[in-house]
Amino acid sequence: MMLRPYRAILSARFRMLLQYRAAAIAGVWTQIFFGLALIMIYEAFYASTTVADQPMTMVQIASYVWLGQALLAMMPWGADSEIRAMVRSGAVAYELCRPVDLYGLWFARGVAQRTAPTVLRAVPMTIFAVWALPLLGLPEWRLEPPTAAAGVGFACTLVGALVLACAMTTLINISLLWTISGEGIVMISTTLASFFSGMIVPLPLFPEWAQTVLGWLPFAGIADLPFRVYNGDIPLADLGLVLARQLGWTLVLVVLGRRLLARGMRHLVVQGG
Amino acid sequence: MTGLRLYGRYAAVSLRSQLQYRASVVMQSIGAFMVTVVEFLGMWALFDRFGQVRGWTLPEVALFYGMISISWSLCDALGRGFEVFGTMVKAGDFDRVLVRPRSTVLQLLGVELTLRRIGRFTQGVLVLGYAIASLDVDLSVPRALLVLAAIIGSICVFLGLLVLQATTAFWTTETLEVWHAFTYGGVTMSQYPLSIYRSWFRDLFTYIIPLGCVNYLPGLAILGHPDPLGTPVIVQWLAPLAGPVFLVLALQVWKIGVRHYRSTGS
Repeated sequence: MMLRPYRAILSARFRMLLQYRAAAIAGVWTQIFFGLALIMIYEAFYASTTVADQPMTMVQIASYVWLGQALLAMMPWGADSEIRAMVRSGAVAYELCRPVDLYGLWFARGVAQRTAPTVLRAVPMTIFAVWALPLLGLPEWRLEPPTAAAGVGFACTLVGALVLACAMTTLINISLLWTISGEGIVMISTTLASFFSGMIVPLPLFPEWAQTVLGWLPFAGIADLPFRVYNGDIPLADLGLVLARQLGWTLVLVVLGRRLLARGMRHLVVQGG
Repeated sequence: MTGLRLYGRYAAVSLRSQLQYRASVVMQSIGAFMVTVVEFLGMWALFDRFGQVRGWTLPEVALFYGMISISWSLCDALGRGFEVFGTMVKAGDFDRVLVRPRSTVLQLLGVELTLRRIGRFTQGVLVLGYAIASLDVDLSVPRALLVLAAIIGSICVFLGLLVLQATTAFWTTETLEVWHAFTYGGVTMSQYPLSIYRSWFRDLFTYIIPLGCVNYLPGLAILGHPDPLGTPVIVQWLAPLAGPVFLVLALQVWKIGVRHYRSTGS
């Protein structure tokens, strides 16, 4: 009973965001192109080295790249344009009148913001990367299906990645209460999230001395860790540790978000009438 | 009033209106700078691990990277009108452009000179500076001019792509995002020398979308690096001309599109 309003807002937002199908199709084509270019770049680097013992094999890199392209929309990039408009117009005051927990409400919006576009893109991307690539004569670049155990592990860590990404998204949306336009926060979060999550370069390829720091930052949990569970780079024995990192950071960000939201609402000055 | 002077007016108006939101412009420029800096940091990490890529070192690759980053940032600043052309067609605003006694292309270029692109531009200049400083290339006057020609040639190709992207809106009333594969994707692709890719990919970016001609080939001549693919040096010097040719062809397609234009009437 208690979860009903959140479920309602989630499904309403989800259905609304599913309308952007044309944009998703164009996005898929662009991401396929990026995926191919990136794999060719890594392929060139792998062919150039005399050190055979690299952190991941080329097959694992290909899977890592395709998962990144398929799940691009799940990254905590950008703020919710409706919340931004609400803060600007002052309509955010109505949010306070709703008989539900505001953080929960905005978190539910965040879940919709991250899942709907991801579903639209991930399905055709996966079909392309798993089945179409071998037909095009590029089987070595395909998204290799995981072992059954890795698949289950990936499913678990994907949920962990989603809630963590949503906690980050909600935090970005809350920051709009202070900055109104939110450009600075959005830019900073985009930079941090794309670099430290492994979306620019897979994290294991960074120098050894950076690995410990990269692993403990919250961003590894939204992309790098689940991708490496999928391609077998992280053994299933470490699944518990991965989930603990994801959920631990989620908890920290949720508590932080709640505090900031409460404080933001106290000092909120609604413009105009 | 000549075309260039009119463009000067357009640009001045656009800059003044953007400077009304000074903090926002500064923020966005810094943001774009940071995003591109971490992108280059990623490239550095790969070279740190692998040492080289098919015989190319980081400073050599940085030359291609710097030139394409500068070109794309300038084109992105100039071509804003073409990027948002879809919304213009949807709202029927293109009718107003058509009734003015000036070329449509000039007016669309005049829509905005996007100031915040200075973020990526600065990063491109720094990367190019790093390349030239650490390579210790003999930057004679002809070679410096070739750097300039490569940059101008690349701007032409990117602008041509934006014109083609806008042209599709005459039929679809929407600026299709599918072109991003060639613009943004072309930027990413050009950050590395063309010779590292597979042959079908190289052919696509040499003969159909000539980004390889305006970045990779002159880059070889600037570096004095023999082409692993065996292009003669004279071709490397002349290749940036492919940029203006591509732009002229794109503008012909644009003209056909303009003739097909039907107002949405809204």
